[in-house]
Amino acid sequence: MSERPLLKLDQVSVYYGDLCAVRDITLEVRKGEIVSLIGANGAGKSTILNTIMGLTHPKTGSIEFDGRRIERLETHDIIPLGLALVPEGRRIFPELSVLENLLAGSYTRRARQNKQQTLKRVFELFPILEERKNQLASTLSGGEQQMLAIGRALMTDPKMILFDEISLGLSPIITLKIYETIKKIRSEGVTVLLVEQNVRQSLAVADRAYVLKAGRIVLSGGTKDLRDEEEVRKAYFGA
Amino acid sequence: MSLEVVSNLLPPIIMGFLLGGLYSVIGFGLSLVFGVMRMVNLAHGSFVIFGSYFAWVLLTIVGLDPLLSLVIILPISFGIGFGLQRSLLNRLYRLGVEPPLLTTYGIAIILASAYLLIFTPYSRGLVTSYSIRSAGFGALTFPLIFILDFIAALITMIFLYILLNKTYVGLAIRCATQDPQAAKLVGMNINHIYALTFGLAITFASLGGVFLGLTYPFIPASSFTYLIIAFGVVVVGGLGSMLGTFIGGIVLGLAQTLGYHFFGIGYQLFITYLVILVMLVIRPQGILGVKR
Repeated sequence: MSERPLLKLDQVSVYYGDLCAVRDITLEVRKGEIVSLIGANGAGKSTILNTIMGLTHPKTGSIEFDGRRIERLETHDIIPLGLALVPEGRRIFPELSVLENLLAGSYTRRARQNKQQTLKRVFELFPILEERKNQLASTLSGGEQQMLAIGRALMTDPKMILFDEISLGLSPIITLKIYETIKKIRSEGVTVLLVEQNVRQSLAVADRAYVLKAGRIVLSGGTKDLRDEEEVRKAYFGA
Repeated sequence: MSLEVVSNLLPPIIMGFLLGGLYSVIGFGLSLVFGVMRMVNLAHGSFVIFGSYFAWVLLTIVGLDPLLSLVIILPISFGIGFGLQRSLLNRLYRLGVEPPLLTTYGIAIILASAYLLIFTPYSRGLVTSYSIRSAGFGALTFPLIFILDFIAALITMIFLYILLNKTYVGLAIRCATQDPQAAKLVGMNINHIYALTFGLAITFASLGGVFLGLTYPFIPASSFTYLIIAFGVVVVGGLGSMLGTFIGGIVLGLAQTLGYHFFGIGYQLFITYLVILVMLVIRPQGILGVKR
């Protein structure tokens, strides 16, 4: 575990106007890990993910991915480096077919080269998507749309995927299935950063976790230590 | 109805249909820009006339046939559209609806004044051997240029259909239309796609302008006539549907030629505008549009 982290945030602060959304965030994710970022609604989890992806930029601090500074890059320059986000609310393209949604994922030059292989891999992971490939994405069920969103992220051929509130609005059974998939994706060599309100679920699959409260990291450590710990409950529900 | 009335009515119907194809090309440029960027381009008609005047210059000064001049006019139009979006409009669409509206209106005024200064308010036309020829079968005759108009429209529509549905550029345009943020997340450069889209729209506008210049005389103020027609096509056909835009163009084409047939040349555009107005009242979402 001594190797350089794949993703490293150092003292990152993000402002929306005068409002400080997150302050002095320092966290790292090593290659092959599943790391969970937990916290209540409004704690700044999505802000952190959006900042990593270049959708917003930090006021101070640095973000390093795979040995490169990325905090000033635009999203379309970050995706080819091998970072992908499965956004909150899935954000699939409703009026494109399932297949077109996946092909959109292979837009970058790098992803386009292995398009057929990656597509095969996605269909192996989610056979239902192959069955429905010619259907409009908006006709899929919530769980299937989540699979499509994950499939689309995989199509970008990422080294690391960030998942934002992946279990939101899904039934417990589907959620369980999605988490199984995340483990499988990790076993294929993709590093994972999870953002969840569903603490129990995400602590169950993650190796390590950071607890976020009101824009700051208040706790971090291995999930074994954190799980069922009074501290987590306090940090998460804390008054 | 007597046979004579029918046979008299047939040429304007055919002409309206053929002309309508061209109107849908103009309308599509406007609807593409609005669909992708939520931006209303009030200078759209000015770029239609840009095509007409550009072809006129090449015809009268260099003697270049308008059809051949497309080889020069279309790439330059694309470049102007691309550059305008990249350098100016991409800074504005984030600020809301009004800034691009005001800016494109400003561009329209600048261009209209420039046309007036350079070309005077007198009407111009692209007169070639084929633009004054007749076509038809037996007693049924109408100007040949209307057939060329329709062929141009058809080729443009097919090109656009293939571009949007069979290429990565088209996929990116459709993604950016549906969810710009999600499009960014698969690595699409939104500003680049917007510039491509605007470039395409301006290309369609000036293509329409070259053929309209062959069909009808034009003056600097024609900018606004064609802006209204482009709007009308979108209003009648419905936003966001290629087929709807096509139908919208045909309806307006028919309104114009039938208006001319029944009420004379002074009323042809009046009838066209009337159709747009009626459509706005009875079916504001357009023939194939979805109610929002």
